[in-house]
Amino acid sequence: MTTTRRDLLTSALTAAGAAVTPRLADAEPEHQAVPSDPALRTRALESVLVARGLVDRAALDALIDAYEHQIGPRNGARVVARAWVDAGYKRRLLSNATAAIAELGIGGEEGEQMVVVENTPRVHNLIVCTLCSCYPWPVLGLPPIWYKSSAYRARSVIDPRGLLKELGLELAPEVDVRVWDSTAEVRYLVLPERPAGTAKMSEAELAALVTRDAMVGIAHVTLSPSAGARA
Amino acid sequence: MNSVHDMGGMQNMGAVRVEKNEPVFHAEWERRIFALDEAVDGDWPGGAGRYQKELIPPAEYLRMSYYERWLSSLSELLVKSGMLTRRELETGVAEGGNTTGRKVLRADEVRATIAGGFPSTSTVPATAKFHAGQRVRARNINTTGHTRLPRYARGKQGTIARDHGVYVFNDSRVQGLGEKPQHLYSVSFASRELWGPGAPANDSVHLDLWDDHLEPA
Repeated sequence: MTTTRRDLLTSALTAAGAAVTPRLADAEPEHQAVPSDPALRTRALESVLVARGLVDRAALDALIDAYEHQIGPRNGARVVARAWVDAGYKRRLLSNATAAIAELGIGGEEGEQMVVVENTPRVHNLIVCTLCSCYPWPVLGLPPIWYKSSAYRARSVIDPRGLLKELGLELAPEVDVRVWDSTAEVRYLVLPERPAGTAKMSEAELAALVTRDAMVGIAHVTLSPSAGARA
Repeated sequence: MNSVHDMGGMQNMGAVRVEKNEPVFHAEWERRIFALDEAVDGDWPGGAGRYQKELIPPAEYLRMSYYERWLSSLSELLVKSGMLTRRELETGVAEGGNTTGRKVLRADEVRATIAGGFPSTSTVPATAKFHAGQRVRARNINTTGHTRLPRYARGKQGTIARDHGVYVFNDSRVQGLGEKPQHLYSVSFASRELWGPGAPANDSVHLDLWDDHLEPA
């Protein structure tokens, strides 16, 4: 077989004026009957969907911008900081999280119905989706790779303490661990414990301490969060 | 379906590695397939993309990256539903004409679409079969279709922690079998019930389960 799917695809894209990298345009091994490069296949899919009038490229760009630059863990951090400084807000958040989060103008896709679970000195909460990758997008953005990994999905329910210890969070035996497996369309957020020594901080200063990892339950909030966890 | 996506409780999956300063996307094609999947108004029921990912053969599923699964599911659903042909996906060249009469998401609609979301709550009245505090058992079901009841909880006893209200039943909707609205509960299972006497006494796992997943204990 001299014309592989990759050849067809590459020539079609070249003809369409698409930029094909030299590496991809170079001959691949003949035995590779199916193009394995997801970038090439995604480009082909987008080309056809646009040509067929099934998607609008400007809308694609707007979607990417929304989740890359607008919706992320800073939203969740605002919710947490507000709960730390406003006892009434915290009560509303724990009894009807969807409405309380909407008070801050936050909500929507993959967070239509929210539940917030509170960490205390006696209870530690951990969020997972063992079947898939369900995650509260409006407050945390798109999930990080570790959350979607087989290792996390498999182990979080059977050995949460061992998992957390490996990630640097060792829980005392008297702390109860509650794992929330997001099997339906309800999305969960952890309300972490407010760290000691923050009594004089403003709401905005507190929000800056709150990390994505703490809001999923694999870390505590500390006075010096690592840059990685703040992303 | 008892496939590899249902991995809660599996062992030997390796260490969890948290990437420092992780970007939202790791490649341009990830941005594009994410946006395509979000933007396409497909001729399939809500949640079908998830079932389609579960249908990926187990070895392939484990080999694929997260967004490769998105690419696979969107491509398969477009072909299965007749919206595109496999040849179009292979060549990148459209063979049908411009599709008319279909709602296409525009850039100025994106913000409102995200904010509105796609709620799975239902306004159809349904009587709750269980109440908070009640002991229940997760049914021992082994469907080859889609289910939100993981293997590790089947046959296990738990307690209704809270009634979330009436939700569309995804086990049914995803396969085009109707919404079957019913109560959804947060059900608390003792870790010892799930994993045996070696588990810490007071630890627990909460799952969201529907009426059809449960029976009185």
